[in-house]
Amino acid sequence: MDLIWDGVTEALRLIFSGNGYVYEVTFTSLLVSGSATLIALVLGLGIASFLAFRAPPGRTLALSAFNAGMALPPVAVGLLVSIMLWRTGPLGQLHLLYSRTAIVIAQAVIATPVVAALSTAALQGLNPNLRLQVLALGASRWQAALLLFREARLSLLAAAMAGFGAAISEVGATIMVGGNIKGSTRTLTSAIVLEVQQGDFETAIALSFILLAVILGIITLFTMLQQRRPPA
Amino acid sequence: MSAPLLQLQNIVVEHARRSVLDVPCLDILPNEVLAIVGPNGAGKSTLLRIIGLLERPSRGKVLFAGRPISGNSLNFRRRMAFVFQEPLLLDTSIEGNVRTGLSLRGVPANDRQRRVEEWTTRFGIAGLRRRSARTLSGGEAQRTSLARAMVLEPEILLLDEPFSSLDAPTREALIDDLDAVLTSKRVATVFVTHDRAEALRLGDRIAVLMGGKVRQLGTAAEVFSSPVDSEVAAFVGVETIVPGRIREVSSGLASIIVGENTIEATTELPPGSDVLVCLRPEDVTVSGLADATLMSARNRLRVAVTRVRPAGPYVRMELDAGFNLVAHITKQSLEELALSPGANAIASFKATAVHLIPHRPG
Repeated sequence: MDLIWDGVTEALRLIFSGNGYVYEVTFTSLLVSGSATLIALVLGLGIASFLAFRAPPGRTLALSAFNAGMALPPVAVGLLVSIMLWRTGPLGQLHLLYSRTAIVIAQAVIATPVVAALSTAALQGLNPNLRLQVLALGASRWQAALLLFREARLSLLAAAMAGFGAAISEVGATIMVGGNIKGSTRTLTSAIVLEVQQGDFETAIALSFILLAVILGIITLFTMLQQRRPPA
Repeated sequence: MSAPLLQLQNIVVEHARRSVLDVPCLDILPNEVLAIVGPNGAGKSTLLRIIGLLERPSRGKVLFAGRPISGNSLNFRRRMAFVFQEPLLLDTSIEGNVRTGLSLRGVPANDRQRRVEEWTTRFGIAGLRRRSARTLSGGEAQRTSLARAMVLEPEILLLDEPFSSLDAPTREALIDDLDAVLTSKRVATVFVTHDRAEALRLGDRIAVLMGGKVRQLGTAAEVFSSPVDSEVAAFVGVETIVPGRIREVSSGLASIIVGENTIEATTELPPGSDVLVCLRPEDVTVSGLADATLMSARNRLRVAVTRVRPAGPYVRMELDAGFNLVAHITKQSLEELALSPGANAIASFKATAVHLIPHRPG
């Protein structure tokens, strides 16, 4: 218990003493996970719209793949993205390995199936005639999609939260493709791993509390957005 | 006749290689209310979605004001409005719902507000404008749906059984309001229903759709009095359909042998023609045996009552005249005649009430 209490105290000290290292890894975490979530939302909503509204042949198979994708092992994703980004890999010429962009790619790969699968379920849950009604009101395809997203906002925001959660809590792939380089690719999760490896449990617990506080803050914002009354 | 506002040409819709709609030609005329009637699964809603450009046909063309529609149909869709069986309201206020189509079209705020106020008032929901759509009754929700469609000032209004999920008093009130709006605005309307009474009340022309094909198209009088075949006849409420053969025709009045009876009817068919004799139940009068001599109708048949049962405001009476004859009489008449199953009576009907359909036996 003492260790945890010391961790909490250390967390407060690190935050309020203006510790540059803590602010920097927190900023990196938010930047890469925020970007990955944004990419996952764009791709996931696009995939979900296609699967839910167009009902293409093989939809069940595709959905099975995305549902299975929710359980993608991060280390496997990390390995795959690393191979792609190696100098000799197909995307090696981009020189992205051990960069923040590489972490964004890996986290987006992990978060996209989560957003896609949950968003597809959300859009499939809408009355099928609602899309026709919206089109009949004179909506273009884009306007129709936005109106239907608004109708499914509760579930879609839940999907966004799940996607963000998958991205920011990820560590295996982050270390593999990012390299855990201080001042560049070190995130809260990879910093925690490092501190534990170095035996500095106090700092590790402090960083864990900061990570939890960040997640709580952002998820609270999402939830407030989710629970807001629809505009008149 | 004015030029059609919308035309369907050689429309075929196939689902899983099965034809669900086959309409070689159908015109929607300006200012008319075209009622499309037919049993469940006839293809009515599919036809309406094709007209509303919400579904592409497997084959065929849709023309709007003479222009074929291909590619992006958005500009044409924006000249129509669609009301579904369910209100399908968005999760916002009534005002927000009614405003949606105008916002999508980029109508300026002032104009938008004026039109929303006008149409919510006309459909009696002005006082509920700020209410959430989730809190509305079925009738209020469907009024909102109609206001949301009419606020768009469409050139064609498409209604897909909008009253079918409402209780009778709500339905009557809403039909009255819609009737008043359609009469004053004279917007071309296509109205799908399986309710014959609704079709008769609102429709200028009626199309009977069965098995994906338009079996008959004409004025309400034509379709209900002169159905083209036995299936259409049965759908439009003809309950007596029996085979017969024209024995002779004199001055347009035919004598038709039906079993052991002879029935007189007006027709242009020649003697020897096999026909189906069609009679609407409301055209058959039932009286006691003693009253038979007082009747002026050309057809008087001695019948035995086989079954009596209530049918809404009427009593449905099945009679054995050598063939099954159905009559609707009032409850008061039934009490006065004191007829019950097994009793004998006289059924009478005018020669003009009999509709003959050419028929090939077997």
